[in-house]
Amino acid sequence: MSSTRTLVSPAVLARPRGRAIYWTVFTGVVLLFALAFLFPVYWMVTGAMKSPDEVARTPPDLLPDRWSTSGWTDAWELMQLPTHLWNTVVQAAGAWLFQLVFCTAAAYALSRLRPAFGTVVLGGILATLMVPAQALVVPKYLVVADLPLIHTSLLNDPLAIWLPAVANAFNLYLLKRFFDQLPRDVLEAAEIDGAGRLRTLWSIVLPMSRPVLGVVSIFALVAVWQDFLWPLMVFSDTDKQPISVALVQLSQNIQLTVLIAAMVIASIPMVALFLVFQRHIIAGIGAGSTKG
Amino acid sequence: MTKTAARPAAPAPAVRPVKAPSPSGDRRRRRLADQAHAYGFLLGGLVCFALFSWYPAIRAVVIAFQKYTPGSPPEWVGTANFSRVLSDPEFGAAWRNTLTFTLLALLIGFAVPFVLALVLNELRHAKAFFRIVVYLPVMIPPVVSALLWKWFYDPGTGLANEALRFLHLPTSHWSNGADTALVSLVIVATWANMGGTVLIYLAALQSIPGELYEAAELDGANLLQRIRHVTVPQTRFVILMLMLLQIIATMQVFTEPFVITGGGPESSTVTVLYLIYKYAFLYNDFGGACALSVMLLALLGLFSAVYLRLTRSSEEAA
Repeated sequence: MSSTRTLVSPAVLARPRGRAIYWTVFTGVVLLFALAFLFPVYWMVTGAMKSPDEVARTPPDLLPDRWSTSGWTDAWELMQLPTHLWNTVVQAAGAWLFQLVFCTAAAYALSRLRPAFGTVVLGGILATLMVPAQALVVPKYLVVADLPLIHTSLLNDPLAIWLPAVANAFNLYLLKRFFDQLPRDVLEAAEIDGAGRLRTLWSIVLPMSRPVLGVVSIFALVAVWQDFLWPLMVFSDTDKQPISVALVQLSQNIQLTVLIAAMVIASIPMVALFLVFQRHIIAGIGAGSTKG
Repeated sequence: MTKTAARPAAPAPAVRPVKAPSPSGDRRRRRLADQAHAYGFLLGGLVCFALFSWYPAIRAVVIAFQKYTPGSPPEWVGTANFSRVLSDPEFGAAWRNTLTFTLLALLIGFAVPFVLALVLNELRHAKAFFRIVVYLPVMIPPVVSALLWKWFYDPGTGLANEALRFLHLPTSHWSNGADTALVSLVIVATWANMGGTVLIYLAALQSIPGELYEAAELDGANLLQRIRHVTVPQTRFVILMLMLLQIIATMQVFTEPFVITGGGPESSTVTVLYLIYKYAFLYNDFGGACALSVMLLALLGLFSAVYLRLTRSSEEAA
């Protein structure tokens, strides 16, 4: 029980009538949440374990007659899920690594190394926050299809995910703001001890920045895993497609139970990530929003 | 920090060349080396921003006035792309659908999470459970949510009509009916995205000082009056920001109509972004796609400017 005062005073809640209302509302909310948020997920998981006849039966059964795992194995093989899952992992991991290296380095430079025209560069980066990303996908696609100067196409190459991921003003700004707040004397002490800039970044700044690096990592991974329109555009080659694109492309001509099983499999990594880091993620959302 | 940093490498002071390295020349070399280091660290990020953010924005405006086919030199066509796009019967439908979608998403996606957060903030048990459950749909990939609801909306065996039958209500066409499709998609988007909004509202509610409620109560304010005169004014800023962010996000809706309805039935769920996609990848008309992008960009840029204005003024006030 927290002691902070909210809308309803603790005195009211302590009275029998207040307590009765509280528990009624509490039960109502639990039921509502179970029905609205958990039941659809439950329906998906059990739907994947029903037989094709049963999943089409009306009225539907709450529990499968016979728990079948053939949907899962069929999805794994027929839809080539290992390939698509692996593609997604490669795309997400690469985007994460590229962002960590290049965004961290750039944020460190902007925060500590006083580059000439630093404010102009920072302004240009922050201005991209004003430009809605999705509205620019077509020209961005044209750039990726034919890179200026070197005239190379990145289509059907994971680099088409990795490099644009670096241009993430939000993550870069998060990092820069964190670096700005690091104690000055520690960094100066490192400099006096003769540590170079790379050395300072690697052994002083990064170890002190674990919280913000964690947040940026989660944002980077989730963004790639959840994205759909951009990979749909750049991966026309079926063997290169991530799971989100493959699911939609294959959903037309595949048995429903198999598709549902594939949907469950596609959701597991992100849901698992969330359950493991839920405390940090939930705290991060709240803190990030109220503190600007 | 950065304000003092923006000092361009000053031209060397006019000193007479001397053989021994003068102190000022030394400093100059040091400063140049510092700049080289700084830009070395910046380089990777800068190249990516230039290629994938700044250049495409310029490119969109340029191609909007060109006939552009990949592989052959572009031709300037003036405003032909704009007039072609404007005369497309789907143009009006796409904007109407996008604005209706945004408005509906705002009505549902704004009121429901606020009330939920208000109630959740009063509950003293199972706090972690509620937060996890409400955020769970956000972590499910949007494509999976869309496919899941497409299955629920199936007119024959879908869960949505089963629930209506169970309650002895008339069944609906849901995403398969021209007049119900858009609302059906708004329900999906709200279900999938509400968690984040609820958590942000919750954080805002928790920052309201308890004394305000106590004072209001002493003044004889009842529950609704306390909501109206304490809760709403105290969270007004967060509400406004989330509304703007949501407008910007929902105006770019694509996944739900693409996966669930394919823009149909009868163009009733074609959105602006979907139309951009169609121009580029079905009609191979990149000029038209960029003309549409520029229009969307101009409108959303306006909302973004308001948003930045608001955050800036709040930071100054803080």
